[in-house]
Amino acid sequence: MIAASIPIQRPADAKLLVVDAQGEITHHPRRDLAALLNDGDLVIANDAATVPASLFGVHLATAAPVEVRLAGRRSLEGEEMNVFDAIVFGAGDYRTRTEHRPVPPPLHVGDVMQLVGLRAEIVCVLDHPRFVRLRLAGSPHEIWEALAHSGRPIQYAHVPSPLAIWDSWTPIAGPPVAFEPPSAGFVLDWNTLQSLRERGVRFATITHAAGISSTGDPQLDRRLPLDEPYRIPATTAAMIRDCRVRTGRVIAIGTTVVRALEHAAAEDGFVRVGFGTATQEIGAATTLKVVDAIVSGTHEPCTSHYELLRAFVDDEILRRVDLELERENYKTHEFGDSILVARSKDVAKNLGA
Amino acid sequence: MATHEVLRSTIHHIHDVWGQPLRVAVTGGTSGLGLALVHEFSKSGAHVAFVARNRDAVERVMHELPRTHGIVGDVSRKEQTYAIAMQVLWALGGVDVLINNASSLGPVPLALLADTQCEDLEQALATNLLGPFRLTKALLGSLAASARESRGALVVNISSDAAMNAYPTWGAYGASKAALHHLSRIWHEELAPSGIRVLSFDPGDMDTPLHALAIPNADPSELKRPETSAQELVDLVTSMVCDATRIPKPLEAM
Repeated sequence: MIAASIPIQRPADAKLLVVDAQGEITHHPRRDLAALLNDGDLVIANDAATVPASLFGVHLATAAPVEVRLAGRRSLEGEEMNVFDAIVFGAGDYRTRTEHRPVPPPLHVGDVMQLVGLRAEIVCVLDHPRFVRLRLAGSPHEIWEALAHSGRPIQYAHVPSPLAIWDSWTPIAGPPVAFEPPSAGFVLDWNTLQSLRERGVRFATITHAAGISSTGDPQLDRRLPLDEPYRIPATTAAMIRDCRVRTGRVIAIGTTVVRALEHAAAEDGFVRVGFGTATQEIGAATTLKVVDAIVSGTHEPCTSHYELLRAFVDDEILRRVDLELERENYKTHEFGDSILVARSKDVAKNLGA
Repeated sequence: MATHEVLRSTIHHIHDVWGQPLRVAVTGGTSGLGLALVHEFSKSGAHVAFVARNRDAVERVMHELPRTHGIVGDVSRKEQTYAIAMQVLWALGGVDVLINNASSLGPVPLALLADTQCEDLEQALATNLLGPFRLTKALLGSLAASARESRGALVVNISSDAAMNAYPTWGAYGASKAALHHLSRIWHEELAPSGIRVLSFDPGDMDTPLHALAIPNADPSELKRPETSAQELVDLVTSMVCDATRIPKPLEAM
């Protein structure tokens, strides 16, 4: 597959590979998504907006230039707006692939980084020399203002032009809590929402603070996805129950939705309302309790996004999907083409859930 | 009890029912109608964020009303749209009511259209039409979430009788407000299925800094006090939120 290098959320010629519940593969224009869904289905998207999480500055003790990428928060409940987990990069910017970026100076507890408009102190070095917990100085009011004006959206080396914040917000974006865009949501514009409604397909959201998707460091990348806080509105949980009664399908727009819903239903299959933190990895060994199908970008094997698909279908189907994506020249990454995969694994276990 | 007193207690009631206050964002919140709205909503128990260009004025209002959240920003400038939207959302945790109140008169003193500089018309359109369009669009996902959670989801665009009537020398202002009025009507139709209402509200001729710029020698005693218009709008917003959320209306609640 080729990387999508132009930051257009909904290219007119975007493609959609569909895997149905029998494992059959078909190709469609992505704008026809709504026509592939049925009366009674429930589409659930992540409405997190993207925080401008890339901050440039200087590591004061060594005067070395650094880029700090905010990567995670412990809770969405409002406390500790000034504490973030972050990954620190050395000199340079997104034009260099993350894996080729110089390392930052050695980081220690108590070190201060003076970022544009923000002062960040390292309160803890996490389980990797470049992965730290930061406390930002100032009141929430001051921190919000500085982040809003000085932060830049995390940028990818495969997109040559600088990303603006509006490139990274989905059309339904609400609370700015994600560190990278929940990019599967780029498929949804308001016209699609209208088409869904006209077909009797219902629409709901969760808010999931999608963390950083790649660090350029194999050791760190193995830790991904990080723990991610989420919130499930009561109306969304009620619509899922209702969808079950009407034997519709729950269709997740993006991996973050799968992660949040399955985490919230881990106990007994019923989606718990309110705040939580998704800590689990989803893969071949996972039995899905809530989600029947997923719309996702296309991803390469060995990424956590790809691994998650193994919970939906067996590896033989995924191998055929990979071949089809190559053969039909699908574009990969955030601004690329999409897939709609219906779950064919463990279906019997879920009937009547 | 005056009607607005009843409605004011209703905003507290909304807070009790939801376990969370009504979340209101107001642009142009440091003078005239905007300032009066910030006062009224805040006194009524709503959680208010407001936007204005002048940092000193923003800090003065925040000092006076410590429960409000002031944001320094200019809605007429495209590149500030998302910085403003993010600060509103971080401060309020979402938004139920957006009031696009910030307005530009165009040329000062008022001028015949033939004497109006293109730049003055552009400025009026940027503040009165494009600004509300962009900020509403950036907050639309949050407003839709408010609607899905039955929290009201209302956009109020401040209009004027100059949007309806052809007053000589009010060309830039009148044309931009007429466009905003029509934008409100179309958006209201388009968003109704999503549960978001868009309202165009004419507050009347008020004794405000904007009016003084337009008509410096007007007799203030013949003008409406902005506090009166603000109370009317708070009453209307409260009543519409109650309708949308099926909270009993104030008079029924008594």
